[in-house]
Amino acid sequence: MKKTEKDYSHINGWGIDQNPLDVPAYPMKHRTENDNKGMIWERPTQQPATVEILHSNERPGLTAVFGTPVPPSGISGNIRRFAFKYSESHALHWLALLLADRVQMFEGLADDLKSGHVPNIYSEVGGRAALKHNPAGVVRKVVISVAVVTLVVAWLRRK
Amino acid sequence: MLAMNYRGPYRVRADRNKSMPRIEHSGDAIVRVTRSCICGSDLHLYHGLVPDTRVGTTFGHEFVGVVEEVGSEVKNLKVGDNVLVPFNISCGKCVFCEQELYGNCHESNPEATAVGGIFGYSHTAGGYDGGQAEYVRVPYADIGPMIIPEDIDHDDAVLLTDVVPTGYQAAEMAGIKPGDTVVVFGAGPIGIMAAKCAWLFGAGRVIVIDHIEYRLEFVKKYAQCEAYNFRSLEDPVLFIKKTTDWLGADVCIDAVGCEAAGSAFQTITGRKLMLQAGSATALHWAINAVKKGGVVSIVGVYGPTGNIIPIGNVVNKGITIRANQASVKRLLPRLIEHVRAGRIDPKGIITHRVPLEEVSDAYHIFSAKLDNCIKTILIPSARK
Repeated sequence: MKKTEKDYSHINGWGIDQNPLDVPAYPMKHRTENDNKGMIWERPTQQPATVEILHSNERPGLTAVFGTPVPPSGISGNIRRFAFKYSESHALHWLALLLADRVQMFEGLADDLKSGHVPNIYSEVGGRAALKHNPAGVVRKVVISVAVVTLVVAWLRRK
Repeated sequence: MLAMNYRGPYRVRADRNKSMPRIEHSGDAIVRVTRSCICGSDLHLYHGLVPDTRVGTTFGHEFVGVVEEVGSEVKNLKVGDNVLVPFNISCGKCVFCEQELYGNCHESNPEATAVGGIFGYSHTAGGYDGGQAEYVRVPYADIGPMIIPEDIDHDDAVLLTDVVPTGYQAAEMAGIKPGDTVVVFGAGPIGIMAAKCAWLFGAGRVIVIDHIEYRLEFVKKYAQCEAYNFRSLEDPVLFIKKTTDWLGADVCIDAVGCEAAGSAFQTITGRKLMLQAGSATALHWAINAVKKGGVVSIVGVYGPTGNIIPIGNVVNKGITIRANQASVKRLLPRLIEHVRAGRIDPKGIITHRVPLEEVSDAYHIFSAKLDNCIKTILIPSARK
């Protein structure tokens, strides 16, 4: 143990959890008699799958409970189904899911418009807060955006 | 009902037309949310870095509320109970829950085996809607949720669902010995709490490294520690070596995760091009700044693919790396003792209270680190 000659009396509770045997999670894992017996536990009641749930191919089936919001659909859904053919160890699994996320962003816009809702992008990206708390940053972004667009237009016209 | 609705990277809105959650399993409860937080790890979702974050989902894994309905199997909760709900969804029966690894439950996330179910944290974490809403479905309601003791403030309670346990476990996993020098990378809410908790384990010196000046000022006071801005240091690793007799820190804690600043290479490959699972600058520094035979404790969140870190130095220096999602349920009794005794003041880190209707502004403020924001609480009923 190191010398701790410094005075820590100003810190409420200094060293109070220093005994590892008195700390709830040390060691992190509580060994039990079931450690090496595989999936032997009595499984909780199975939640009925009322929508399509994709599951990792690194497990035999669904877990006892799962979330049901936003089941796979559309083009992004097909990409997600493709992704789940690959294990979590495979980069393709994750890259396909990221691609699906980006595709679904456009599907979400289309769904909004189909339902008659025109999304307020300015509000959704927190535009009001940016203007209130960082007006200089907003001006900088606008100036840079205008400059980039101007340069692109000028370059296209030269061709 | 009113709920946060994710529309794509950097785009969220408060939606009044979200369907009410319903009991889908006999162990479920429906909770009316009274407070929820935006977590630093929610920003990884918000920035589009977590695969399988579906448009239309509701984030939020830090929340407290009132039980509105229970499934037929639920015995420990009743309608009207005030509950704090750990961010982990855990069955209490699998071999991992049996070992009190409640963050690693094997019966709550069909989409990935590497992580247990987490409220509102993408389909990679089970596809559950989160608590940034008026109501939320809580599976395994007999296992995770805890009735909030009468003497515990609900502002403290909501921070006991993730921030405090994760910060505490970061310090705990580090195996701090009395007198140890502990370096915490990151002065966000988790880093602040890790620094605070390091003293409870007898740390001799606690140093926090970040680049956001107002957060460094905050942590210096809140956690009574040293705090340094890496932008003003030539090389943070070299600085730590120099300030520890050229040996390195006994313990380094990565409380940043996949959106670390400080290295152009990591930022470009990890955050911009997504060629790795985020930017691993903090972990890189932690490995290089810890002394030989030391411990690196990771609670920062990384993506599921891979990161470029100096693994050769881990071997050559004989470093122990310990990491996990916090096992909230296991830690709660001890942490409540600490809150009662005044050793930890969770609500002291709250800087913003925002009506849920203004969730898009709240996310932007937290993400862009505006208005000296440390921790934001969303209040679903604030405008009623």
